[in-house]
Amino acid sequence: MSAVAPSAAELPPPVLAAPSAARRPALRRFMRHRLAMFGLVAIIVLVVACALGPYLSPYGPLTIDLRHRFQPPFEGRHWLGSDQLGRDLLVRLLLAGRISLTVGFAAMGLSTAVGVVIGLVAGFYGGWVGTALMRFVDAVLSFPAIFLLLTLAALVSPGVLTITLIVALTAWMEVARVVEGQVRSLRERDFAIAAEAIGVSDAHLMLRELLPNIMAPIVVAATLNVARAILLESYASYLGYGIQPPTPSWGNMLNNAQEYLTSAPWLAIFPGAVITLAVTGFNFLGDGLRDALDPRLDVHR
Amino acid sequence: MTRYVLHRLGQSLVLLVLVSMIGFGLLHLTPGGPLSQFALTPGMSAATLARLSHQMGLDRPLPIQYAEWAGHLLRGDWGRSYRDQQPVLAIIVSHLWATLELMVSSTLLAIIFGTWVGVLGAIRRYSLADYLATIGAMVGLSIPTFWFGLVMIYLFSVWLGWLPSGDMYTNGDASLLDYARHLVLPCLVLTLVTIATWSRYMRASMLDVISQDYIRTARAKGLRPRAVLIHHALRNALLPMITVAGLQLPTLLGGALVTETVFTWPGMGRLFLDSISYRDYPVVMGLLMFSALLVLLGNLVADLLYVVADPRIRLA
Amino acid sequence: MTDVLMVEDLAVRFRGESGVVDAVEGVSFRLREGETLAIVGESSSGKSVTALALMRLLGGPPNCVVRGRATFMRQDGEALALLSLPETRMASVRGRDVGMIFQEPMTSLNPVHRIGAQIVEGLLAHERLSPRAAEKRAVALLDHVGIPEPALRARAFPHQLSGGMRQRAMIAMALACRPRVLIADEPTTALDVTIQAQILELIRALQHETGMSVIFITHNLGVVAEVADRVLVMYAGQVVEDAPVDVLLHRPQMPYSAGLIGSVPRLDDVRRRGGRLAAIPGNVPDPNTRPAGCTFHPRCAHARPDPCETARPALEYVSDGHTVRCARWREITV
Repeated sequence: MSAVAPSAAELPPPVLAAPSAARRPALRRFMRHRLAMFGLVAIIVLVVACALGPYLSPYGPLTIDLRHRFQPPFEGRHWLGSDQLGRDLLVRLLLAGRISLTVGFAAMGLSTAVGVVIGLVAGFYGGWVGTALMRFVDAVLSFPAIFLLLTLAALVSPGVLTITLIVALTAWMEVARVVEGQVRSLRERDFAIAAEAIGVSDAHLMLRELLPNIMAPIVVAATLNVARAILLESYASYLGYGIQPPTPSWGNMLNNAQEYLTSAPWLAIFPGAVITLAVTGFNFLGDGLRDALDPRLDVHR
Repeated sequence: MTRYVLHRLGQSLVLLVLVSMIGFGLLHLTPGGPLSQFALTPGMSAATLARLSHQMGLDRPLPIQYAEWAGHLLRGDWGRSYRDQQPVLAIIVSHLWATLELMVSSTLLAIIFGTWVGVLGAIRRYSLADYLATIGAMVGLSIPTFWFGLVMIYLFSVWLGWLPSGDMYTNGDASLLDYARHLVLPCLVLTLVTIATWSRYMRASMLDVISQDYIRTARAKGLRPRAVLIHHALRNALLPMITVAGLQLPTLLGGALVTETVFTWPGMGRLFLDSISYRDYPVVMGLLMFSALLVLLGNLVADLLYVVADPRIRLA
Repeated sequence: MTDVLMVEDLAVRFRGESGVVDAVEGVSFRLREGETLAIVGESSSGKSVTALALMRLLGGPPNCVVRGRATFMRQDGEALALLSLPETRMASVRGRDVGMIFQEPMTSLNPVHRIGAQIVEGLLAHERLSPRAAEKRAVALLDHVGIPEPALRARAFPHQLSGGMRQRAMIAMALACRPRVLIADEPTTALDVTIQAQILELIRALQHETGMSVIFITHNLGVVAEVADRVLVMYAGQVVEDAPVDVLLHRPQMPYSAGLIGSVPRLDDVRRRGGRLAAIPGNVPDPNTRPAGCTFHPRCAHARPDPCETARPALEYVSDGHTVRCARWREITV
């Protein structure tokens, strides 16, 4: 090899590519890592607390105690105060968490599955089928998610199962897009062509060859989808079209809170803070996973 | 360029057809379909319903019904409200302005401050401020809009008593100041919905631009840092943000719906919820279609604007 | 002839993800008025970094530390310490006293601004001019660098011009304020061969006309032979030979310089049967893991374990205006 090729364009050293962009990778990775760890810890704490907490409390979620209504938090018998019926806010929050987190995870599972199937098929077959499917995805994305969610919620009788289905129906499109893009680029690569050449079935090719190679972006999208599902459920429930009282959910606990904003602001503060914590947790975790698993996907850079 | 515009118009038309099909599908999913209004009327017999169904053409093949429905839609006949028999489109348009005021004011805020935060994050990359902005944006994306609204009301209306907690005007007061005071909180809340995304994309775009060769050229010419930043870096970094603004529209509309609910702002979102609680399907459907159309139109405008703003595309 | 630029012990250290990189170490040279100094070397030899460091166009600490001294003599006799000047003063040096052109005329011009506007901007930054007068000057400059229909081209966007035209526009931009020094960082590398010759000719003509000095950075010794008065050969961040162009091309002392010369294809070599291109074996060492001793010894045919692999050689005096960094230059014939 000629060491000096007179016609070869000289590449600048890589450090020069972004001279003004300071690089402090250690701190950066540390921070990223810390945020993702924070997210993970927050999620675990929430899940454990919601699962076990209610057993440890002397109060039932529906225990009405009219003598102790509107107890402020951090004083008296109720740690986080009590509501308009004298129910313990903490216990209700934890039980609501069971519902909200379940809906979040279930809707994530469902929306991810739907998104993966549609994305796989669209990316794998391409052509007319792929275009049609992806245009359909675009069309659904044209509807603001909350409008779609509430329209569907208004059509069916609300409940945990239906709200999960509805949330999933409004959250699968991003996954489909991500998967389609990945599959389309992977499909051109050698191993997919080789597998095709030795005559394996389409299903085998999709599930055994392509799917394992795109797990990273799917995991990231799925994690972010939990956050999204929890948010969507809370919107629907807050507006009265999601989980119906007396079953508590983080969203529907805020349903009446606005009325009592003057007299009992903690009824509004705590449920929202818990939603924020859970959603932030999943978003941080998803962002951290994105950095760790596939830097190319990092829109924040 | 003509080809691109035509291509983009064609794409939007295809999407429009798909969107209308989804809307039509949902309409027919309603219990009782378009007949639900009558189905709920007491004393309505099955025979009468069947007759009505025939009169309204609901027993004909779906594609024909779809074509007719879409035709009405295109001619501006979006049906009539169950509540007051007003034409749906007129009702929507009468609520449109309140929503637009909210959306425009909050988008301006988000763009101004989001750009500033994003640029700062890019040029002081990995500084403390940049980290705080990153974390802030992530938390901002995670806060439920309605709850943020409640907290704002608690802080500024209940606790401090500075601003009204809802509505667009105080009764009997039609001054601009009164309107502005009512606008502040909902506008701030809706700003939160977009500013996080905007600042993140702005930061990424700016980072991309400041490592470009032409920024080095601009500095080599002896331009002051501010001139390099504004004239060369920002100008280029804002280009892709046109597309981002278009893509943000559905989120913005959804955020407006929630914000209007919290602040009893008389816009489309408020109308949507009222209509849902009345089971006023024609209006619900109309709003769903209208918002999707708005989004399609917004994206089309964004893409065409991009063509105008980027000289490389204009004459390529 | 007077010195326009004196560089002493210039060193550039980057702190990157892969650790600390000394991109440039102990580079010293003088640039005389009207002279063309070629800085030659392979990729990552530090020649571009040297130029960017002089223009203060590298990032700041802690990620990039520039040490050493660089003194620029202005026309009015004022001496400027380039590396310690406040940033605002430095900005007024760039473009006015020292102009710079780059390798990629496509990416080096801002795609969203018109050619004329990009020249005007530089003029207005340094001179008291009305925008209208600046526009006139810009058109005149475009005309001067041989762009046909300059008034029309001034209204064009960069992507509407050919590569050669873009580089001409870059030159017009860099020379707009008649700088004393032009730094040309591989200005012809990205261009077709015929265009290359035209651009070289243009730079030479402009230099002749204005009397400016030129630092010409290139890896192409053919170009060096055409334009340079003096040559600085760089390898692995250091100057390994500094000599007048005739001396370097005909009596190089450093084996690396000789290798570079040998790898240039020449017509008479090709004609001669069996004439082969002598390539330097191996690659430039990774800046993170430079060999001990002479950094060139792993690729050098004349290397001996002692002293080449043990001690880093110093620059040694060969004759007036000729120094070399080779411990064995007296013993070997390259």
